[in-house]
Amino acid sequence: MRNRQATRLLSELSRAGRRGAEFPASDVPEWPLEDLLPASALADASPHLPELAEPDVVRHFVNLSTLNMSVDTHFYPLGSCTMKYNPKRHERLAGLPGIVDVHPHQTAGNIQGLLELLAEKQQMLAEISGLPAVSLQPAAGAHGELTALYVAAAYFRDKGESRKKVIFPASAHGTNPASAAMAGFECVELKGTEGGFVDLEELRRHVDNQTAVFMVTNPNTLGLFEKDIAAIAEIVHAAGGLVYIDGANMNAIMGITRPGDFGGDMMHYNVHKTFTGPHGAGGPGSGPICVRDFLADFLPGPVVRQRPGDDRRFELATPAKSIGRVRSFFGNVGILIRGYCYLRTLGAAGVRSAAEQAILNANYLKSLLADVLPSAHGEYCLHEFVASAEGLAKERGINAMDIAKRLLDYGFHPPTVYFPLVVPHAMMFEPTETESKATLDAFSDAIHKIVAEDAELLHTAPHNLPVSRPEEVNATRKPVLTWACCKD
Amino acid sequence: MSYLFTTPDEQVQMLQRIGVTSLKVLLDQIPEDLQLDRPLNMPPALTELELERHMRGLAARNAGASSRICFMGGGAYNHYIPSVVDELASRGEFYTAYTPYQAEASQGTLQAFFEFQSLISELSGLDVANASLYDGGSGVAEAVLMAGRCTGRTGRVVIAGSTNPEYIQTLKSYFANKSTEVIVVPTPQGTVNLEKLEAAVNDQTACVLVQQPNFFGCLEEVAAIGEIAHRHSALLVQSFDPLSVGLLKRPGDLGADIAVAEGQSLGIPLQFGGPFLGILACRQQFVRKMPGRLIGQTVDRNGERCFFLNLQAREQHIRREGATSNICTNQGLMALRATIYLSLLGPAGLKEVAELSCRKAHYAADRLTQIEGCERMFAGPFFKEFVLKYAHGADTAVRKAAAAGIDIGPTLSRLPELSWLPEDERDQCLIVAVTESRTREEIDQLVAALA
Repeated sequence: MRNRQATRLLSELSRAGRRGAEFPASDVPEWPLEDLLPASALADASPHLPELAEPDVVRHFVNLSTLNMSVDTHFYPLGSCTMKYNPKRHERLAGLPGIVDVHPHQTAGNIQGLLELLAEKQQMLAEISGLPAVSLQPAAGAHGELTALYVAAAYFRDKGESRKKVIFPASAHGTNPASAAMAGFECVELKGTEGGFVDLEELRRHVDNQTAVFMVTNPNTLGLFEKDIAAIAEIVHAAGGLVYIDGANMNAIMGITRPGDFGGDMMHYNVHKTFTGPHGAGGPGSGPICVRDFLADFLPGPVVRQRPGDDRRFELATPAKSIGRVRSFFGNVGILIRGYCYLRTLGAAGVRSAAEQAILNANYLKSLLADVLPSAHGEYCLHEFVASAEGLAKERGINAMDIAKRLLDYGFHPPTVYFPLVVPHAMMFEPTETESKATLDAFSDAIHKIVAEDAELLHTAPHNLPVSRPEEVNATRKPVLTWACCKD
Repeated sequence: MSYLFTTPDEQVQMLQRIGVTSLKVLLDQIPEDLQLDRPLNMPPALTELELERHMRGLAARNAGASSRICFMGGGAYNHYIPSVVDELASRGEFYTAYTPYQAEASQGTLQAFFEFQSLISELSGLDVANASLYDGGSGVAEAVLMAGRCTGRTGRVVIAGSTNPEYIQTLKSYFANKSTEVIVVPTPQGTVNLEKLEAAVNDQTACVLVQQPNFFGCLEEVAAIGEIAHRHSALLVQSFDPLSVGLLKRPGDLGADIAVAEGQSLGIPLQFGGPFLGILACRQQFVRKMPGRLIGQTVDRNGERCFFLNLQAREQHIRREGATSNICTNQGLMALRATIYLSLLGPAGLKEVAELSCRKAHYAADRLTQIEGCERMFAGPFFKEFVLKYAHGADTAVRKAAAAGIDIGPTLSRLPELSWLPEDERDQCLIVAVTESRTREEIDQLVAALA
């Protein structure tokens, strides 16, 4: 039941004089503040924050939360995002005293339990990737890409080479070119084959002695394994370049095949996806990177290692030619710990069966939808597939966004739409392994009902949600980004 | 355990529907010679009971702030977190949701982030704030990159040496493959020397970066530094402590064009350094140069107020290599925590936390410096932390305090980017931070431990 009163803006709920938190009276001498701080630094008044009582705050945010779809409440087959179940035990364990309350400047001798955990986590990530050297520092997948590109730049500088180009297929995530540009490289985008794969001829044409890195997602964003990945790596390596594997889709291949074994030199994980972080309404993530031995010296520091000569003691160390660091402190440890708990729960067999079940679920859903939303690429997929609503658009004037929005009315989160860019009217489904056949069947039924519905009903969907489609054109022209703007 | 549902019967039905005889057929798209021919080498699977026992064993071997007396600072602080923050942020509808791309199904997240932006705008004294970056360090790097976009200058950036050294190190990594000169102006007196700073600023300088209170806890002459930057048509980027503005002037009041902060103090646990919260705010004219997500208010088809991801044309999923940043996943849940924390505190609570931290830090400094061989390294005014110079060596101070169940630090010799401090002095220096959580009795215990 929606409580509209409680979900007004905090600024509207505010009443002068209300308080939601109190602190003990000062127990130290009350020296005048003017004696402690220069007048030029002192504010005239405390910032104009809303004034609320604790129950106001609770009711506001609890009611806001009910306006969301989430994995805990709904099927969420958002392609490329791996919206799997987030085990509750992780929340309790990451919140244990001795873990949640450790100061980041605490000295190594006082955090041996934590360092052992992080060392073990590094080992597990190295084993799953087939790449031996690990940095847990990056805060998210895109941050991992950026970090790895800095590592690559440092590696080439160290060799006295100044390679300028980063190459990626047109189906790449937007983060790949964005990271390359941010790291100071020139971007080169490759057209793919009709089958959706990297075109080896195109690749050969573009790879040269200016090529620093070839970035590729494998399985790619169409949910297909790049079958020529070994040949791709050979071409890049022959020109002296490095192969970067975007690990966004590791959920499909963990325990089955490894980036290090199929030619990757560097990769990142998305711990919040593959190892069920969770997503936190957009973050925090964690994007550790794994690299080959010859790149290990360039990783950001610190990394955890066993103290030389004492395999029961762990220490923090900065690699010899380290790029420095890419953020303050060690990394998104709270998320890494959840990922650690996940891997310790699954074990080797569990990791592999999670990937296999993800593949089974995706192929099953693909087969259920094939009559209305066909996929142009590949007979079978891995953990996700990209269908096209092009036919429906031509025949009935229904576009991918209409179907997505109407799904909300049926109580399902929609798939990713209009990505990858190489598929017209793309709808990218990733059911994940933690969904039942019954859910997939119900979802398929909903899609079949929707595509038979009146087109106008779809154009104006959703109809049963707290709000309908937002007006974006004027809002983009004159953006209102704070409640202060609302008052003007 | 893999959190799987499918029964063997269902698996057969699913395979039949797909039209294959076994799962192996689906894996055939991966060339056989690339498939792993052995199980992964991983520790054995644990049940929940076993995992909890294992984790409690590991946790017991760490010194956490709740079982000790924490005077540690240097960018992360043991401020009190009201229980409401944990309770609300642990709602599955928030923490198991994705980025709010589907606005109709994400109004809870979107409104909370709109409120976050509004609160940060109030705290920073600037017009707009984004919906979060990763942390203070990468936030500083993003802010300085943004200053380059705002000014069209990529020649040089000038950084106060009193900025958090890990932020400076991060910034240098971000600029290592670029032609921009990163000039760090040393601050041997603990704060910026205005003449030396001005000498470093030229007409190709995109910005001057200063931290207030600075890494050593000291207060900078931010307004004067801003005047120097603006005189050369460069921007002033200020890194600030979001709790300090309960007492101190806000970045916008001091002339900052871009403000950036580590938001950990706003209801986020220490958790060995992350996830924390990157905060970035700026003047209205720079809004389209900002990195990261921006939530906007609008109306739906029925004229009802609602929220959506605005100005996405700046972002990587639309603009690709032309994006203002590569950031995608941000620190949403931490921004939510900060929003809840600030709505509990209100203006009075914010002022109390700032005042209590400030007063207690001054009491601690006063008492500690009465010990022989103990002095403040830098004499100027400070807020809630300060650099203690201990004649017997900083490591000795840490050891003595630890023996009394008290944690202080970091020691300056552990940190990068401080080579401009003479080595013998650096070895004697460490940071002591005092928050509202500390009592007079605990401060007296610290004094007794070091005496």
